Amino acid sequence: MGSLTLKDVCKSFGQVEVLHNISLEVEEGEFIIFVGPSGCGKSTLLRIIAGLEDATSGDVMIAGKRVNALPPSRRGIAMVFQTYALYPHLTVKKNMSLGLKQAGESRAVIEERVDKAAQMLELAPYLDRRPAELSGGQRQRVAIGRAVVREPELFLFDEPLSNLDAALRVNTRIEIAELHRRLGTTIVYVTHDQVEAMTLADRIVVLQDGHVEQVGSPMELYNDPDNIFVAGFIGSPAMNFLDAALLGEPDSVATIGLRPEAITLGDDGPIRGTISHLEHLGADTNIYVHVGDKLVTVRAFGQADFAVGAEVGLNFAPEAVYRFDKGGRRIR
Amino acid sequence: MQRVRHNRLNLALAHAALIAYTIIALFPVVIILINSFKTRKAIFRHPLQPPTPDTFSLIGYETVLKQGDYLHYFQNSLIVTVGSLFFILLFGAMAAFALSEYRFRGNTLMGLYLAIGIMIPIRLGTVAILQFMVATGLVNTLAALILVYTASGLPLAIFILSEFMRQVSADLKDAGRIDGLSEYRIFFRLVVPLVRPAMATVAVFNMIPIWNDLWFPLILAPGEATKTLTLGSQVFIGQFVTNWNAVLSGLSLAILPVMILYVIFSRQLIRGITSGAVK
Ligand SMILES: Nc1ncnc2c1ncn2[C@@H]1O[C@H](COP(=O)(O)OP(=O)(O)OP(=O)(O)O)[C@@H](O)[C@H]1O
Ligand SMILES: [Mg+2]
Repeated sequence: MGSLTLKDVCKSFGQVEVLHNISLEVEEGEFIIFVGPSGCGKSTLLRIIAGLEDATSGDVMIAGKRVNALPPSRRGIAMVFQTYALYPHLTVKKNMSLGLKQAGESRAVIEERVDKAAQMLELAPYLDRRPAELSGGQRQRVAIGRAVVREPELFLFDEPLSNLDAALRVNTRIEIAELHRRLGTTIVYVTHDQVEAMTLADRIVVLQDGHVEQVGSPMELYNDPDNIFVAGFIGSPAMNFLDAALLGEPDSVATIGLRPEAITLGDDGPIRGTISHLEHLGADTNIYVHVGDKLVTVRAFGQADFAVGAEVGLNFAPEAVYRFDKGGRRIR
Repeated sequence: MQRVRHNRLNLALAHAALIAYTIIALFPVVIILINSFKTRKAIFRHPLQPPTPDTFSLIGYETVLKQGDYLHYFQNSLIVTVGSLFFILLFGAMAAFALSEYRFRGNTLMGLYLAIGIMIPIRLGTVAILQFMVATGLVNTLAALILVYTASGLPLAIFILSEFMRQVSADLKDAGRIDGLSEYRIFFRLVVPLVRPAMATVAVFNMIPIWNDLWFPLILAPGEATKTLTLGSQVFIGQFVTNWNAVLSGLSLAILPVMILYVIFSRQLIRGITSGAVK
């Protein structure tokens, strides 16, 4: 039995339906990430799991128990918010212990768990400070600490890194991965950043407009996307989409997709274009090529050099071509 | 260089304007204060002069404290003002929380209904209020005054407070829910401390009119036991003779408690503003 099960969860706000029949099975100890563009319903789904919103229909089960009617505090979950949401008038220690105190834990247990979490997150020197006296990264660690001391069945993270600067984001990302390894607790994590999703997740759930587009491990989604949306969303730089007629594909194929890293440039090739722009990143080079009215991204390893305006051919292995029908579905 | 001089000129002008305003605003208060310490003759002969050893007299204060039940009136006023403020803030904040936090049918309509009172002066309903108080036997009680002032203060309080409560982070309240706080604890422990400056503003807005009101005490509670300070002070203003010493002393004393309340609330106000700034 999984540690989280969603069965046909739907949610409407008034007339607007924002989630359509979401079903999902999460195994014990898995790191699951919801990704999708802004407004696709990730946060809403997470809040339904937490019990902060009611599902319009469908079931939420945590550790095998149906929790639809339970308040958030009794679902065995802990949540970390994008805005940290620390209690501004309480010290770090009290911020972390409030939930346990509410649950009626003894003082010794509270003390022990707070100490343990503070050790783990390197918060010990700040226990008596207020949130206003901490840096952004420290606040984020306190928010994580507040979740850790509850020793939940399930951690819920809603874009926990989006308020941090780039360097801190990488550090905290690694810390969260370590935390998961150490605690082994199931984590459901929301982000719109596909790099975060690729690096952290055991499995990724790609959402669009309240539908699940595909569920799978990062490499499954990268190598074997079900449709044009997932293909374009996973991978950076994004997959190039071209008119299928260019390659003389049969009528059933409407669009072909090529990953930037699957293309090499040469004098000849089945598709021809002109170089439009170069981006030198050191380890590799992004080359933008005009093909008809489309701009194709090519990723060359190492430091490549081409003259802007030069005519080139695009080469690729035949098995690197992804084919999609008119509705955007993958043709395998 | 020019900018600096320009700023300095601005600063001087601003200060001049503020000082002028302060003088104008304080002038009557100071006149009342200095004259309350003078003999009757001196009040009329040199009204602008501060008390000298010759003209100094405490006769006004003696009369006030001896005659009538001044301390009792004082107590009545204080009970009515503090009681009304307490209920305005409590019920106003609770209604504002419900309106801003919960989605329910008729939320907007309810908000509008509660705000209509801002535009309709409660005195228009005096006759109905009096009939109601007579029917419920509340005439000549302090409770009657507290009820009326609470009702008249609530619309603006709800209006202002619900605006502020909408700005309290939703994540913070949700974090409280996940930690198992009840809705009441979320309201009292998380939300109220964060909107304290707004509550102080509401308190200051409501305090002075309640303290100074003559209308409702005269109509609803004119009895000796329930007289408020403003009503009680009227005994010194006669149709033919007015005991100016007593009137001025009475007024001077009446300023004190409002000032103390004001200092309490305005400190909250300033603390709120600065704590927001260094966040
Ligand atoms: N309380 C609400 N009332 C009405 N509509 C809402 C409410 N909350 C969310 N929505 C709508 O539901 C949809 C999904 O919102 P949600 O916050 O889940 O998006 P998201 O995927 O988390 O986006 P983001 O990446 O920007 O956080 C949006 O279209 C939003 O407008
Ligand atoms: Mg969101």
